[in-house]
Amino acid sequence: MTSVLEIKNLHVEIDGKKILKGVDLTLKQGEIHAVMGPNGTGKSTLAQAIMGHPRYEVTQGEVILDGEDVLEMEVDERSKAGLFLGMQYPSEISGVTTSDFLRSAINAQREEGDEINLMQFIKKLDKNMEYLEIDQDMATRYLNEGFSGGEKKRNEILQLMMLEPKFGILDEIDSGLDIDALKVVSKGINKLRGEQFGSLIITHYQRLLNYISPDFVHVMMRGKIVKSGGKELAERLEAEGYDWIKEELGIDDVTVESDVN
Amino acid sequence: MATVSNELILNADEVIQRATDRGESDFLINKKKEALELIENIDMPKPDKTNIKRWDFFTMSEPVVDSSVYNSLEELPESVKALLDIENTKNIYVQHNNTPAYLQIDEKLKDKGVIIENIVEATHNHPELVEKYFMQDGVKVDENKLTAFHTAMLNGGLFVYVPKDVHIEDPVQMVLLHDDEKASLINHVLIVADKGSEITYVENYLSNVEETKEQINIVSEVLALDNAKVTYGAVDVLAEGMTGYINRRGIASDDATIDWALGLMNDSNVINDNTTYLMGDRSNSDLKTVTIGRGQQIQNVTTQIIHYGKDSNAHILKHGVMKDSATSIFNGVGYIKHGGTRADAQQESRILMLSDRARGDANPILLIDEDDVTAGHAASVGRVDPLQLFYLMSRGISQEEAERLVIHGFLDPVVKALPIESVKRQLKEIIEMKILSK
Repeated sequence: MTSVLEIKNLHVEIDGKKILKGVDLTLKQGEIHAVMGPNGTGKSTLAQAIMGHPRYEVTQGEVILDGEDVLEMEVDERSKAGLFLGMQYPSEISGVTTSDFLRSAINAQREEGDEINLMQFIKKLDKNMEYLEIDQDMATRYLNEGFSGGEKKRNEILQLMMLEPKFGILDEIDSGLDIDALKVVSKGINKLRGEQFGSLIITHYQRLLNYISPDFVHVMMRGKIVKSGGKELAERLEAEGYDWIKEELGIDDVTVESDVN
Repeated sequence: MATVSNELILNADEVIQRATDRGESDFLINKKKEALELIENIDMPKPDKTNIKRWDFFTMSEPVVDSSVYNSLEELPESVKALLDIENTKNIYVQHNNTPAYLQIDEKLKDKGVIIENIVEATHNHPELVEKYFMQDGVKVDENKLTAFHTAMLNGGLFVYVPKDVHIEDPVQMVLLHDDEKASLINHVLIVADKGSEITYVENYLSNVEETKEQINIVSEVLALDNAKVTYGAVDVLAEGMTGYINRRGIASDDATIDWALGLMNDSNVINDNTTYLMGDRSNSDLKTVTIGRGQQIQNVTTQIIHYGKDSNAHILKHGVMKDSATSIFNGVGYIKHGGTRADAQQESRILMLSDRARGDANPILLIDEDDVTAGHAASVGRVDPLQLFYLMSRGISQEEAERLVIHGFLDPVVKALPIESVKRQLKEIIEMKILSK
């Protein structure tokens, strides 16, 4: 069965401030969607709200995964249902090693009594770390503590590869990465690409899309998706910037502060 | 009807008579007399920011209780065995309430002149050493009313002496099993590490009674002479309802090091005073403590390192978790005296609050009477970071498990500093039990 994630008329506020003002988007497994747009247009909010970030309040709309109401789920239930959020700023968890954390996370996805065998786990971890060119010692370091920006992002992709969710939502996974790290991160995402994986890639820059070819591209402005298209849309944005869209829509200020209505 | 009393009522003649009947040494009896004479006119300690006016530090059902002894480690109760790595334990003293109950020392250490003996016996057998160090440079009899009370009512403890240049490879462990509801623990530990020697010492205070109104009045004195190194670990797990005064004191001479790793897991109200004097040049102390408060418990954890020596280094790290309606005051003092040139005093205190009703207060204090020094402090009182929980939960981990991971992680820097694996495991289990308890 192909899983479907539907976002319908999603409105989100943070501390009473309206950020998303009616987002509609449907993702299917096997598809890669890129959400692009200038800063301050609500892209990250979309990603965080789907996962249930505590500061974001959904005031209207729905998120449905295979017919189930995602917004009714606790954050851990959303993960178990098959969602994954690769974070722009992953938290540092002192005293918990990356390896222990990953094993807890994998076991959380499984039934009690069906925990992953330790050898199996180590094998999978080693394989994925090697694939992402991560130093072996990261497994025994405390999760994200003292990690460089690049290490944190690789670690997010490592988690993605270990957990193999139905949908990976990746929030500016490319920010702060040099070109080599960007290639490695893209390699990880491409490895997962297939019928069992769908992705929503939030990005500020087009350059990530040189390595991961999206099936669909959406542009966000003022808390809404204002334009959708295929890969060619990203290419045009790369060549011409966002001004032509602003002109098309007749707006100056693209940020969520400006009133859409 | 029993009334809670914070008044000290001691019959001096009776105290001395009982000590004499038990066959205590003249030295100890004289110390007790000295304390009894002074006690009326000495003030209570004044733990900063904790009001102890209504605490009952004096009521004891019995000055001493008699408990059974053990002929082998196998005979020990399971709760004690769990603290030991029986096959590899070489040096251990078990005290059963107030009774010296079992002693085992590596023969090789005896040959080298190492002394491990219960404190009362040591005052008979090694007067030259005990009299030189017992309540002299460390904790003074007349330091406050509770140290005087301690001296007067002392009913157990341990003496350890490590001769010059002797390195004790295997840890020395003391287990105090408290399973008599009428037993008060007025316990004194004296460790003397002579020049160039090394010792790792770990103590476990363990109650097997749920709740009792008795006294915990513990004084530990650790003397590290020139170039000696003492690593001191402790896990205190004493019962609710007791009143605790625990004073652990270190004195480090030139080039000496005293490192502490203390798991303060008592369920009673406790005043913890852990002070180290860095007397010598190039002396060091690394102090790590961890505590969990629950129920209505009140704790004052005062950690002080006082620098007299040049180039002396101190690092204090304190982590506490407060649950329910527990209160914890963390006072951290780094004090560099005049003459402590190039001393370095660092401290960090963190309190994690798990309940709206709990109280936590972290007070870092730096007192500096010397110009050429380095010092720093960090303190925080906060809740479990909701973003950390969000992050962990976004990987499928339940809220309860996520909180558990964050709390364990928070306490881990101290837990991992404990020198004995079985004790480390015990502390982890106690932390787990305390965090999960409702």
